[in-house]
Amino acid sequence: MTGTELGLAVSVFLACAVEAVEALTIVLAVGYSRSWRSSMTGVAAAGLVLAALTAALGPALTALPINVLRVVVGALLLIFGLQWLRKAILRASGLKALHDERQAYERELVAAREAGTVHQGLDAYSFTIAFKGVLLEGLEVVFIVLTFGANQHNVGLAAAAAGVAVAVVILAGIAVHAPLARVPENTMKFAVGVMLTSFGTFWGAEGAGAHWPGGDAALLVIVPVVLLYALGLVALLRARRAPSPHGEGSEAWRASEDAAPSSEEAIIGT
Amino acid sequence: MTRLAAFGRFLWDFVVGDDWRIAVGVAVALAVTALVAGAGIAAWWLVPVATMLLLAVSVGRATRT
Repeated sequence: MTGTELGLAVSVFLACAVEAVEALTIVLAVGYSRSWRSSMTGVAAAGLVLAALTAALGPALTALPINVLRVVVGALLLIFGLQWLRKAILRASGLKALHDERQAYERELVAAREAGTVHQGLDAYSFTIAFKGVLLEGLEVVFIVLTFGANQHNVGLAAAAAGVAVAVVILAGIAVHAPLARVPENTMKFAVGVMLTSFGTFWGAEGAGAHWPGGDAALLVIVPVVLLYALGLVALLRARRAPSPHGEGSEAWRASEDAAPSSEEAIIGT
Repeated sequence: MTRLAAFGRFLWDFVVGDDWRIAVGVAVALAVTALVAGAGIAAWWLVPVATMLLLAVSVGRATRT
């Protein structure tokens, strides 16, 4: 396995694991509170749609000329990566509340119980919520699998990494019988954001006609530079948030204090 | 029409996300890179510099709002 393929597999695995954890929370909530059979039917239906999308769009993407593919995929990865990284930076610096699976689970449970009586046979509420949850979380994964995989002409490896991530999350969910609240989601999203941004930068520039010094080896510089830059932004934002020696900060910074986790919580994403 | 509009909104949210300026900035950066590279000038540094600027500006805007 080459370094680029390893980067592809790790990025897809992490992205897929994060999305699968969030989907698992939704499915567990409707499954426990209403109908396992209906929610699992929703999961299966969404899985089929996602698999069909991957199978249909994968070959179509790989048929594009390589430079067109790289500039399109590079642009999309950059847009996605920068959005992931932006949110992860805001969360790690305490300016945005961390995603809490336990809270998300409780919210879904309340909504499911308030949705009326459970119907015999197929419960429409359980089916729809599970289907939508898995489909929406899965679409981002399909996008990442297709863009990374098509660019490397290895959709199979990307799909396998995604499949392993889903399997690991499902097994963990079965083992703990609860939402996976202790998974360091923000750290994983931070890593995915760094990888998407780095690969997007590399492929986008190459597709636009630029030549990287050192060829593919340039990625070995781009990834750590993006990581260090993002960590630098987190450090800067945390320093600006810290109270002054006189105990006063700006109103804007103080307004976000309630949602702010400790620095340890922020960095491990719990 | 309503479903089409809803799908369009979903697609916009899915691809462009919270900050449309990132998408516009990326498109501009790649277009400028293509122009500079087409003129035979080294252009590999343009996208990384644009990426860093876009991230800093987007995060800065988010902290102010």
